[in-house]
Amino acid sequence: MARRDRARRLASRAVQIGFLLALFLLWYLATNVWGVNKLLLPNPISVWRQFVDVLRSGAFLPDLRVTASEFAAAFVLATTSGTIVGYFISRSRYFTRVFEPLLAGIFSIPIILFLPLYVLFFGLGPASKIALGTTISFFPIALATIAGFANVDRALVAAARSMGASNYQLFRYVLLPAALPVIMGGLRIGFTIALLSILGSETIASLAGLGHHIVELAEDMEMSRMFAYIVFVVAMVALLNFAVSYLEARGRRHQ
Amino acid sequence: MSAGDVALSIKNVSHQFGETGEAQYVRALSDTSLDVARGELLCLIGPSGCGKSTLLNVIGGLLAPTNGTVEVSGRPLRGPIPRDIAFVFQEHALFPWNTVIENVRLGMLFQGVPQAERDKRAKRSLEAVGLADFANHYPGQLSGGMRQRAALARALSLETGILLMDEPFGALDEQTRMILGEDLSVLLSRTEKTIVFVTHSLGEAVFLADRVAVFSARPGTIKKIIRVDEPHPRKPGFVTSEKFTALRNELYALLHDEIRKAVLESAHGGTA
Repeated sequence: MARRDRARRLASRAVQIGFLLALFLLWYLATNVWGVNKLLLPNPISVWRQFVDVLRSGAFLPDLRVTASEFAAAFVLATTSGTIVGYFISRSRYFTRVFEPLLAGIFSIPIILFLPLYVLFFGLGPASKIALGTTISFFPIALATIAGFANVDRALVAAARSMGASNYQLFRYVLLPAALPVIMGGLRIGFTIALLSILGSETIASLAGLGHHIVELAEDMEMSRMFAYIVFVVAMVALLNFAVSYLEARGRRHQ
Repeated sequence: MSAGDVALSIKNVSHQFGETGEAQYVRALSDTSLDVARGELLCLIGPSGCGKSTLLNVIGGLLAPTNGTVEVSGRPLRGPIPRDIAFVFQEHALFPWNTVIENVRLGMLFQGVPQAERDKRAKRSLEAVGLADFANHYPGQLSGGMRQRAALARALSLETGILLMDEPFGALDEQTRMILGEDLSVLLSRTEKTIVFVTHSLGEAVFLADRVAVFSARPGTIKKIIRVDEPHPRKPGFVTSEKFTALRNELYALLHDEIRKAVLESAHGGTA
């Protein structure tokens, strides 16, 4: 049984890898054989050379530092404010009834449209990116925190109370472990969209950062190097996602 | 019954949910009085919605009654008293993120039992319910019957004088119920606890109880109390005895009309 599962998993992995290889082959054929304009689509081999050069020279470091610190600041701010606000809203049924739909409504607006306002308020530097990233990722984190704490099985709370749990013990041993998986889901979404909005706003209006540099290269028509930077960002994000998934899997191993 | 032998004294307890005129207004329990003797196993049985679970929550201090008082060993009750009263709930109420033994220890942690004592008592109570080999399993890995055993172990480890059980076997199949009932009778005859046990099952009530309190339809109150004179632990053969059948039939006759009334009311009234 387990063996058949593993065989099936291997088979789907093979198809996935095959799909990616086919894409690369198409890319190669398009640029080297079919003669697609190099300004529209650079050759994969020259992109690879540029990518190796970017890594070797360490040219990515200043921009990575900017983007990473913006992202870290935004994610920490959104996590702290989102979980705290979410927790306090979830404590009152009235607040939950009033604020949960409100937050969900605001979350459904494309907040990135307010980027010009953020730039006006916070300038072209990292501050506007941090503020925007924080705002955007605050909502899914706060909403997940409300959902997590508001939907704790009441039988478990009654059981803990009947055994004499104090308020702190109730939080530490019942409410928190019950809500944590749901909150983790919100953090995951907040993580992704904070990164997305920061990279995106860097490409629109900024002074530095990976998004900024990619647009700069496009304007200088250095397409191979631009693609190399895109590959670099994709690799970084994939690595981060992998790390988060790993942590998440460890966290819920017992459930 | 002299005053010293009374573990629980329920005096003119009524309870209503919501206020008169509100949509969710329900008179769950009406003017109920009852004494439970120390070491006695009392079953509460009655139609759905008759307030037997409400009464259990009132006794446990989880619900403040609208009227009336409950006294535990002569002292009036205000809120849960975990040192004297332990609960076993209908839906086991085990924490799914903790193993069986962690669940058992946690109840004692809430009560401030010292660590070494927690470990000792947890092992002992898991052995008592036959779950020693499953101490490190998570509730999700156990069958329904084993989860209820774990919940029982947690309640036993608290070493309270009073145990309240709210349809603990309600979600289990007939055969598992039967075995758990037999084991429970053996286990409890050793511990000399005072037990109030809510059930829907006539057979379970007769098999386990020293006395069975039959509830009327809503608003519920005690219609009659039936005594079951049979020593604990009850033998499996008791189920097939004439005495058992006669008591079961008596209960059935008492309950039948009330259940009809309850079903009719919920069909018309809509408050299920």
